[in-house]
Amino acid sequence: MAGEKAAGEKKPGEKKPGKKKPSEKPPAAQKAGQKEGGEKKKKIKKHHASRNPVLARGIGRYSRSAMYARKALYKRKYTAPETKIEKKKKEKPRATITKPVGGDKNGGSRVVKIRKMPRYYPTEDVPRKLLSHGKKPFSQHKRRLRASITPGTVLILLTGRHRGKRVVFLKQLATGLLLVTGPLVINRVPLRRAHQKFVIATSTKVDISGVKIPKHLTDAYFKKKRLRKPKHQEGEIFDTEKEKYEITEQRKTDQKAVDSQILARIKKVPQLRGYLRSTFCLSNGVYPHKLVF
Amino acid sequence: VFKRFVEIGRVAFISFGPHAGKLVAIVDVIDQNRALVDGPCSGVRRQAMPFKCMQLTDFVLKFPHSARQKCVRLAWEKENINAKWAATRWAKKIEAREKKAKMTDFDRYKVMKAKKMRNRIIKHEMKKLQKMSSKKGKKPEKSEKPEKSEKPEKVQKSAKVQKAQKAQK
Repeated sequence: MAGEKAAGEKKPGEKKPGKKKPSEKPPAAQKAGQKEGGEKKKKIKKHHASRNPVLARGIGRYSRSAMYARKALYKRKYTAPETKIEKKKKEKPRATITKPVGGDKNGGSRVVKIRKMPRYYPTEDVPRKLLSHGKKPFSQHKRRLRASITPGTVLILLTGRHRGKRVVFLKQLATGLLLVTGPLVINRVPLRRAHQKFVIATSTKVDISGVKIPKHLTDAYFKKKRLRKPKHQEGEIFDTEKEKYEITEQRKTDQKAVDSQILARIKKVPQLRGYLRSTFCLSNGVYPHKLVF
Repeated sequence: VFKRFVEIGRVAFISFGPHAGKLVAIVDVIDQNRALVDGPCSGVRRQAMPFKCMQLTDFVLKFPHSARQKCVRLAWEKENINAKWAATRWAKKIEAREKKAKMTDFDRYKVMKAKKMRNRIIKHEMKKLQKMSSKKGKKPEKSEKPEKSEKPEKVQKSAKVQKAQKAQK
């Protein structure tokens, strides 16, 4: 049964049986002058019908080996063209590396393997984990954005050092955080990331339709940088860590580039500038659940 | 002591229930607690309604008891109740309350600025008056000045209300 099934399966494996092209003849007759040249250039593949007649559905007349002979597969052996591989000569990854070694009388360097043998083999194999589905890494999570937050919305930041400040929303970044700017000259909030959950979206919107935000403003651009070179002993560690945050020139230029476009639009709306300068606060008798933002 | 009475043709304001906020005319009295009520120009079908949810207004229409809706409508439109109601302070207060509740954060900021400006002007005038009165002592000019100050106050008040209304838009 299994053998016959295999023979039956071979049929769809063949090159689309019965795909004869009767239309091949007229174009060949038309191009009389270019006949030989045309045919040689455009080798129209004329597929043969199935060489394995059907006895019953799924069962062919000839066995696998018989079909091998009948299709002359012994003389049809194809390999993929080796174009760039020839040039690169199959670049192998580096197996060892020479590293410098200190101390005299040591010889200057050692040859060290890059991929080392495992230093431990467990006595029992790790049991096979059950299949799970839908457990994606963070980078593939679905990002949502509240409907009330659209580009140009004025947001109220609730946490962080800029809490209470009103800020203009620019776009949502790949990790889901919101890219936001003061603008800087109005309320000293630079281009910054804010979390959607810790933000109140007001219904005030600035028209940001034509504003071009540079493409290099991504999460990697905003991510906090930390030094990781614990060479020194405990005593000196606190000095080397970058406590003092320095504003790079690139940040300044990016800030200017974005803010100049936005400020022009803010000026058009009366009193909006003063609004963005002010901070949000609650007082007696003001209940957030009753406020319309 | 009582100025507004439940009578045929009395226009009432519905304070709660499904038709809250609408005006109706009392067409007939059913019993101690209920009235037959109709509001053709305010979208209230003819129905029984308890007195408790009605608040009487100053307007009375003239039509016989149990008059049909057409008559009530005629009387209502003849008296032009809708326009008259909108002109009353009662209706204006309701509207102002609604507007205030709908204020957005930006509107609240604008109102705050307007209020601040207004108060500054008023304070400025007051200070001027105080200065003058303290300088000139107990002269009769003092009695004249307060009247003048009422005017700028009222001007600012209307300006502020206008600003608040502008903020709504």
